[in-house]
Amino acid sequence: MRITVDRSKCTALGVCESLAPELFEVQEDGSLIILNERPEGSLCSAAREAVEGCPTEALRIEED
Amino acid sequence: MEKDGLVVVGASLAGLRAVESARRLGYSGRITLIGAEEHLPYDRPPLSKEFLASGEPVDPVFRAERALREELGVDLRLGRYATGLDCRQRVVRLGDEEVSYSALVIATGAQARTLPDTAGLRGVHALRTLDDARSVREALDAGARTVIVGAGFIGSEVASAARKRGLPVTLVEAATVPLTRSVGSEMGGLLAELHRRQGVDLRLGAGVQRIDGSGSAESVVLTNGAEIPADLVVVGIGAAPCTGWLEGSGIDLDPRDKGVLCDSTLAVNAPGVYAAGDVCHWISDLFRGRLRLEHWTSAAEQGSLAARNALSLDDAKPYDTVPYFWSDWYDSRIQFVGEPHADDIQVVDKEWEDGKLLALYRKADRLVAALTVNRPTLIMKLRRMIASRASWQEAVEFAEEKVRN
Ligand SMILES: Cc1cc2nc3c(=O)[nH]c(=O)nc-3n(C[C@H](O)[C@H](O)[C@H](O)COP(=O)(O)OP(=O)(O)OC[C@H]3O[C@@H](n4cnc5c(N)ncnc54)[C@H](O)[C@@H]3O)c2cc1C
Ligand code: SF4
Repeated sequence: MRITVDRSKCTALGVCESLAPELFEVQEDGSLIILNERPEGSLCSAAREAVEGCPTEALRIEED
Repeated sequence: MEKDGLVVVGASLAGLRAVESARRLGYSGRITLIGAEEHLPYDRPPLSKEFLASGEPVDPVFRAERALREELGVDLRLGRYATGLDCRQRVVRLGDEEVSYSALVIATGAQARTLPDTAGLRGVHALRTLDDARSVREALDAGARTVIVGAGFIGSEVASAARKRGLPVTLVEAATVPLTRSVGSEMGGLLAELHRRQGVDLRLGAGVQRIDGSGSAESVVLTNGAEIPADLVVVGIGAAPCTGWLEGSGIDLDPRDKGVLCDSTLAVNAPGVYAAGDVCHWISDLFRGRLRLEHWTSAAEQGSLAARNALSLDDAKPYDTVPYFWSDWYDSRIQFVGEPHADDIQVVDKEWEDGKLLALYRKADRLVAALTVNRPTLIMKLRRMIASRASWQEAVEFAEEKVRN
C-alpha cells in the first residue's frame, strides 16, 4: 500500500500522528511529513486507522 | 412496520461514522439513519472557522446523498425527529411511524443553550447548525457590529472571524476568567490575551441582563448596566444533550445534563442499545470516571465503536481516549489533550511574542493534560505520553528538551 496526503486539505490536526507515530509527524511549521509512505505488516492497520481518523479526510491509501 | 436492522438516530458525525463502520465490518442488514435536520450530514468545526471567513462559503457536507443511499445502502430519513423509544418492543418512534431495530445507536448530540426571552428577536443566533452559521455569516457580510455572549471556544472563533473582517467585536463573559472548565483558570486568562491583542472589547465578569430591540437586536444590556450596540448577537453559552425523545423510555440519563449514561463499552441500560458522541457519558478507565466530551475526535471514534459493539454481541470493546480538541483563533492554533482537572500547571515555554505556548498539567505524579498554542509538533507526542500514563518527571524532561531544540 501507499499513503498519500492531500496538502490542500490537511490542517495539521495531528490525529494521524497520534494513531500512527511511526508513519506521520506534524512539523513545527504545521506541515505533515509521512515518515513511511509504504508501510508493511502491522503498520498497515495503523495506516488505515489514521486515514479513517483524519478529521479533514486528507489521507488516502492506494493499494498496490 | 419494518423488522430488524441497525437504526442510528442522529445524522451527524457520530451517526455517520456508525453507519460507515457497520458496513466496513461487513454488516449487510438494513440500516436506517434518522436525522432531525433537513441537511445531509455535515461537519461542524468549519462552521465557526472557514465558513465565516469572507469569500465563498462551502457547505461542509461529509458525503453526497448518492454515496449514502446507494454505496452505503442507507435508508436515510432526513428532516425526521425521533420522538420516542420503546426498549421492550425495540422500536423507535417518529411521530406516528415506528421503526424497529435489533441494534440501536443513539447519536443525537447536543443543542445550543439559549438566552431566555430572546426567541423571535432577529439578529440573535446560537452557532450549532449549518442554518445558524448561514445566518451569522450573512450578518457578518452585512458588516454587523458583533456582540458575542460567552467566551468559550465557539464564541472565541466567531470573535476571530469577525475581527478578521475588521468588524467591531465585544466579547461578554459571565465568569471572571474564560475557559476555566476546559483549560483551567490560569491558562484561560492567558488565552484571553489573544483577544485583547486583536482589538476585541473583552468584558469579563459581566452577565447579560437583556437584549433590546424591536423586531431585531439593537443592543445588549449587561448586568453591570453597560449597554452595547449590536446588529448581531452570537450566543455561545454551551450545549445540552438532545435526549428529550428518550424521556420515559427507561434509558438512564445523567441527572444534571440529561446525557445518556453508558458503560465503558458505550452500552446503554437496554439490550442492543449503544450511544456515541456529544450525547453520551461513558466510563473511562484511563481517567477513572465518567466523561462526556464535545469533541470531534471522540464523537467520530465513538460512532464507529458503538455500531461495532451493537452488532457484535459477544465481544464488546471498551472505549477510551485521551480527549483532544483544537480551536483556531486569529493566527493561533490552540490544541489541548487530556483532562484539565490538575493539581498544578507548569508553563514550560511561553514565547508569547511569537504566539507560542506549551503548558503541562500534573495530577499526583502523572501527566494528565497539555495545552499548546502554535506548537503542532509536540501535542500528539504528549497525548501518547498521557495515554501511556507517563510520569510527571518524564513529561517535563521531554518537554524541556524539545523546547530547547
Ligand atoms: C460551531 C462548532 C465548532 C466546533 N469546533 C470544534 C473544534 O474545533 N474541535 C473539536 O474537537 N470539536 C469541535 N466542535 C464539536 C464537534 O463538532 C462535536 O463534538 C460533534 O459535532 C459531535 O457530533 P455528534 O454526532 O455527537 O453530535 P451532533 O453533531 O450534535 O449531531 C447530532 C445530530 O442529531 C440530530 N438530532 C437531535 N435530536 C434528534 C432526534 N430526536 N431525532 C433525530 N435527530 C436528532 C441533530 O439535529 C444533529 O444533527 C465544534 C462544534 C460546533 C457546533
Ligand atoms: S490527521 Fe489529517 S489533518 Fe491532521 S495532520 Fe493528519 S492528515 Fe493532516
